[in-house]
Amino acid sequence: MNGVLRRLPVGLVYGIGLLPPGVLFWLAATGGLGVEPIKALEHELGQLALQMLIVGLAITPLRRFAGINLLQFRRAIGLLTFYYVLCHLLVWLVLDVQIVGQIWADIVKRPYVTVGMGAFVLMIPLAATSNNWSVRGLGPSWRRLHRVVYVVAVLGGLHFVMLSKGLQIEPLLYLGAILGLLALRLRPGQRKALV
Amino acid sequence: GLGLGSIAGPLAAKAELEPNSWDDITSYNNFFEFGTDKGDPAAYASALTTSPWSVTIDGLVDRPGQYDFSDIMSEMTVEGRIYRLRCVEGWSMVVPWNGFELSDLLAMAGVRDEARYVAFETALRPEEMRGVSRPVIEWPYVEGLRLDEALHPLTIMATGLYGKPIPNQNGAPLRLVVPWKYGYKSIKSVVRISLVKDEPPTSWSKYSAREYGFYSNVNPNVDHPRWSQAHERRVGGGLFSKKVPTLMFNGYDQEVSALYDGMDLAKYH
Repeated sequence: MNGVLRRLPVGLVYGIGLLPPGVLFWLAATGGLGVEPIKALEHELGQLALQMLIVGLAITPLRRFAGINLLQFRRAIGLLTFYYVLCHLLVWLVLDVQIVGQIWADIVKRPYVTVGMGAFVLMIPLAATSNNWSVRGLGPSWRRLHRVVYVVAVLGGLHFVMLSKGLQIEPLLYLGAILGLLALRLRPGQRKALV
Repeated sequence: GLGLGSIAGPLAAKAELEPNSWDDITSYNNFFEFGTDKGDPAAYASALTTSPWSVTIDGLVDRPGQYDFSDIMSEMTVEGRIYRLRCVEGWSMVVPWNGFELSDLLAMAGVRDEARYVAFETALRPEEMRGVSRPVIEWPYVEGLRLDEALHPLTIMATGLYGKPIPNQNGAPLRLVVPWKYGYKSIKSVVRISLVKDEPPTSWSKYSAREYGFYSNVNPNVDHPRWSQAHERRVGGGLFSKKVPTLMFNGYDQEVSALYDGMDLAKYH
């Protein structure tokens, strides 16, 4: 299996991964996402980002516990996650909130927006240092910096839980998956092996 | 009760309201008994048996009992009412309802002098409502109005949409419509109406009283704790639909503001 995975070009992951926001936007513009396409597009993109985040968090446990090696795709998955979050944020800013004065008010006053925005801001340095030059230049601190993704993941999961109305199971499943994948990394005595 | 004549003026002034399409109104719904996605009610509410149907009217009334839906309809005068609908989530529609005034139904049962509030309850049928297997909120769905709100001529029980019987996802066979309150007050598929002395519990305020008060009047000046209520987006405007300012009492200020004279609307939100 790992042999097959190794022959899979990373470019294919980027190629396929770049498509969904475009497809969703096209669907939203042509009635494929229902009669209130702005919210639908925003939610689809947010969920896509969370799903990609979960895939990214699963890479290390998959390698350790199932022997499946997806390490070569990790950077692509991380950058695609950032790309989905960015699309989600742009839809929120440009199509949903619209009113400039309210954007900052929402970020400051609405905890779920604050949490989501915090996750996005924390992702910026990670995306910006996702190049070989930064990896070499930052050395061991690159690895430490990129552990921030654990914080991003928890904030992302919380963001979804906090915005839902009523006790809904889906956001809790996402948060549960994120916390579960993080917990797999916290086995005592293995801290040195953390990635 | 008050007749249509007393509100003909304000209603005529609202005649320029352009109703949303049948498709908008029947495909984008909150009816959590059938699921929490906006499309779930349209997909799954057909499982609800709406005939036969009866409504229990009890509590502080002269003639308590189970009223058969067809008997109710034979007594009521059904008319068209084009109302704004503002959801607490920040979207809105304009809906051409058909229905009768709630005051007429209450008069049928005879409201006793001690009654101060009206409590409503939605059907709870786990075998027909796939959403109630999850405790999203406490089931059955319950709502309430102060008696003067319930008797207000704008308050109707809707039984139709665009001149057709109301679809299940919109609350068949009869649902409350209180146009100056957030949509969740307009309880669907009603099976019980009780006249009571004290303010009855309501589903969303049981879930979070801070976010969803008993009154739930549309008010652009009182924000929901998690989002602003100053603006709304009309459903059906597409991907680049602009937000519009939300109106006090959803545009029914003139007709209903007297009901709340002297009340702190932020406290009694």
